[in-house]
Amino acid sequence: MKLFEFEAKDILRKYGLQTPSGSIARDPVEVEIVAKRLGKPVALKAQVLVSGRGKSGGIQFADDVGEAKKAAIYLIGSHIKGNVVRSLLVEEKLSIVDQYYASITIDRQARRYVVLASTNGGVDVEETALTSPNRISRYWVDPATGFNEETAKATVAQFSFNGDRDITEFASVIATLYRVAMDYDAELVEINPLAKTSSGEFIAADARIVLDDNALFRHPEFEDRGSAGMDDNPREAEAKRQNLAYVDLSGDIGIIGNGAGLVMATMDLVHLLGGRAANFLDIGGGAQPEVVGKGLMLVMSKPGVKAVLINILGGITRCDLAARGIIGGLSEVADEKPVAVRLMGTNDEVGREMLRLAGIPVYPDMETATKKVIGWVKR
Amino acid sequence: MMSLKSIVDESSKVMVQGITGNEGRFHTEAMLQYGTKLVAGVTPGKGGEQVCGIPVYNTVAEAVSYHGVDTSIVFVPARFARGAAIEAIEAGLRMIVVITEMIPQKDSIEFIAMADKRGTVIIGPNTPGIIVPPKKMKVGIMPSQFFKPGVVGVVSRSGTLTYEIALHISNAGLGQSACLGIGGDAIVGLDFIKVLEMFREDEETRSVVLIGEVGGTAEETAARYISETKYPKPVVAYIAGRSAPPEKRMGHAGAIVMGNMGTAQSKIDAFIAAGVAVADKPSDIVKLLGTVNI
Repeated sequence: MKLFEFEAKDILRKYGLQTPSGSIARDPVEVEIVAKRLGKPVALKAQVLVSGRGKSGGIQFADDVGEAKKAAIYLIGSHIKGNVVRSLLVEEKLSIVDQYYASITIDRQARRYVVLASTNGGVDVEETALTSPNRISRYWVDPATGFNEETAKATVAQFSFNGDRDITEFASVIATLYRVAMDYDAELVEINPLAKTSSGEFIAADARIVLDDNALFRHPEFEDRGSAGMDDNPREAEAKRQNLAYVDLSGDIGIIGNGAGLVMATMDLVHLLGGRAANFLDIGGGAQPEVVGKGLMLVMSKPGVKAVLINILGGITRCDLAARGIIGGLSEVADEKPVAVRLMGTNDEVGREMLRLAGIPVYPDMETATKKVIGWVKR
Repeated sequence: MMSLKSIVDESSKVMVQGITGNEGRFHTEAMLQYGTKLVAGVTPGKGGEQVCGIPVYNTVAEAVSYHGVDTSIVFVPARFARGAAIEAIEAGLRMIVVITEMIPQKDSIEFIAMADKRGTVIIGPNTPGIIVPPKKMKVGIMPSQFFKPGVVGVVSRSGTLTYEIALHISNAGLGQSACLGIGGDAIVGLDFIKVLEMFREDEETRSVVLIGEVGGTAEETAARYISETKYPKPVVAYIAGRSAPPEKRMGHAGAIVMGNMGTAQSKIDAFIAAGVAVADKPSDIVKLLGTVNI
């Protein structure tokens, strides 16, 4: 779950890190109030869950209250990379001397949290890795020993700073970030840029936190935050509520199967044979008829779906139950579309017979079923 | 070096953690039917019960001391999986198969690091487990009807897709020497390279099928290993998710393209550069195995 910048900064402040003075504002009047209170040039930052917001015009600067209000009128309600801007973070404009970078993320290959620190902030860290790798320091954390102020100092020691104070400040920031990552089960905690101001303070000018969805049971305050679906469309949000793995795609053939790899392979086969997938639905293992039925209804509810391909290779999933779910789901769909089913595995003979009696074409292998569906859609 | 025999063989004494749940019961029966030497189960608070005639204990330590258990398969719910895994690691088991999905990554990182230090092999999380058809032995949830004893070693990040491909291999009369799912999560224990090492040393295995998918760089690393070690057995790869959009999790927690990282094309290119044949679709794998001269 991605958190908004203002939520991420709320968390960082709880841990004693500095962020620019400011507040969230939801309309131009609130923006005016905040800008007036700050009484100096401000930055207006669109609160959207996409990266590269700055390049898309999502950050505006204003020298006075009038300018701030004008920028707010322009920004609120506008779209940034398809996301509507509902609120702005209005902050004092910092007088920045240096821009640094700090993050905690997960290295899949190393199976470790990795601390990344760089003296090249304000740009993509991937870019720094390519252009000036000596300006990045990495530390892979052994979960048994953790990451503290001392290891943090060692991590930034390679950088040349003017004096010990900067080293201590930077180290303190990354050690704190690690605590945030652990306490919140974060996949990513990032400050970019970490601004050093003219008065020598280290301030989190921008912040991103991504929580591990699988750990939300430990963080009930986010579980029902209501914004879970903010970066999803309505069908993806509905699927999440039903605990289904669903992804919207841009074609016209709905794809359902049991098991992520098999559904991906089915989707790829559709593409390979000249069709285009409209969506992706993994009903998982051992699905009950209701799950199959609801899944089918969800897949068919997408506008532009002309036919549906269902690929079930039943192990734990019983083919007779899957067949019952397909028949049940179809009976509840008002605008029924043709369905081709590949059904094989546990109890497949019973399942196939059920489908045949219901007039639903069923095939023993995925290629035959895929070719049929593509043929229907192209006709 | 780790060998297939060192993690699972006829002498493996298997325990089921979470044996009294629905999944635990179902797969206990299936494993017993297949021929696995399953000797004990653990569910805290259910000690003294039996499942399919198998005694249930409250703790791993009891199961180990009464039955000499050295292998575990974990079905406990995600929020308790970390504790279950740590209990099994501390009991000194040689292998733990973690079937549970949706385990927090922080937990997986922690117990996998602990297992590495203790010399315990973790398969998974979010894996179908391991099946060794020539030995009629499985520590996993795969439906045994799709597998036949044979000569192809299969390693995969997926479940049902592995069954699909195993079925093609079985129907072609080749059969499998072993099939091992490394897990669909971003953080997993045993990786492609370790399994490739095992298949290299395994006499039954004459060729290897590697089933990857979008997300991460495990396939690229495996390709580099194959090329750098001049891997002596033919390898055929298949990558799922060629048409997957970026930034979307495709069912598996680990199946996500981030920026330019983890694309199917990058993996396919890496395998081709390493001289590994890459199948366009699951049914092509058998044809490619035919051409690589087993």
